[in-house]
Amino acid sequence: MRAKIYIRYKDGILDPQGTTVGHALNSMGYDAIHDVSVGKFIEMNFNDVTKEEAERLTDESCRKLLSNPNTESYKFEIVED
Amino acid sequence: MRAAIIVFPGSNCDHDAYYVIRKVLNKDVDFIWHKEGSLTNYDFILVPGGFSYGDYLRAGAIARFSPIMEEVIRCANKGISVMGICNGFQILIESGLLPGALINNKNVKFLSQNITLKVASTNSIFTQDFKKGQNLDMPIAHRQGNFFASEDVVKKLQDDDQIAFIYDENPNGSMGDIAGIFNENRNVLGMMPHPERAAESILGSSDGLAIFESVIENM
Repeated sequence: MRAKIYIRYKDGILDPQGTTVGHALNSMGYDAIHDVSVGKFIEMNFNDVTKEEAERLTDESCRKLLSNPNTESYKFEIVED
Repeated sequence: MRAAIIVFPGSNCDHDAYYVIRKVLNKDVDFIWHKEGSLTNYDFILVPGGFSYGDYLRAGAIARFSPIMEEVIRCANKGISVMGICNGFQILIESGLLPGALINNKNVKFLSQNITLKVASTNSIFTQDFKKGQNLDMPIAHRQGNFFASEDVVKKLQDDDQIAFIYDENPNGSMGDIAGIFNENRNVLGMMPHPERAAESILGSSDGLAIFESVIENM
């Protein structure tokens, strides 16, 4: 069982990295792209746990360590391999 | 008076701070490895700058869970003076001792330069010997020093006189030009600029020394 976690800046938080990447894409000619945001993707594996337990552990990990609730939001999915 | 300097893997301003307290001010000071589980008989706790845990995940996020941080939090809640500089400020914010967040500088660059600070509040053990509005010259060296908080939090910091220092010319995009803040009880200070690197005139400025002197002499 694995968790796939996506962390990004909340709307309204300055994301200079995303802005810079967006400018680079635009200067390459990709005019249709805008509002680029750069975040984090984290994957973690579990020992024998139920899906509900994996969800609980992932949510707790996100709240306590993996994201900063002041500036970042997270979402995740649990994948059963 | 005995000071403790917390050392994490990746701390790199610990020896500068030690030098200021031991050699310049001739006071007792110990390095405390982050795995230590107790902090007793210290009057001043300093969380130094550097790149604890390589800034992995977010600056300060992993150091916050080192065993010693429970002790730092306990001491701070008892009223002992705690000061975090640069990465130390980031760690104190991650640990919840100070509000807000420190995010990437608005121009994405690592900034290493001399700047001018203004003393915004003299109502603390760290700043009571200054004059309000006094200019202090010292360096900054950070990539994630852009202070961010909700407007409510920034207003509360302003209303409660918890802003210690502001930038004369904002280098990193910090809300309210904030360079350093206190906790509500005013015994915890976090600041991005480096007073320990401006403690002797041979370094170009000795304006930072007075912050250390103030803590030690007003204890």
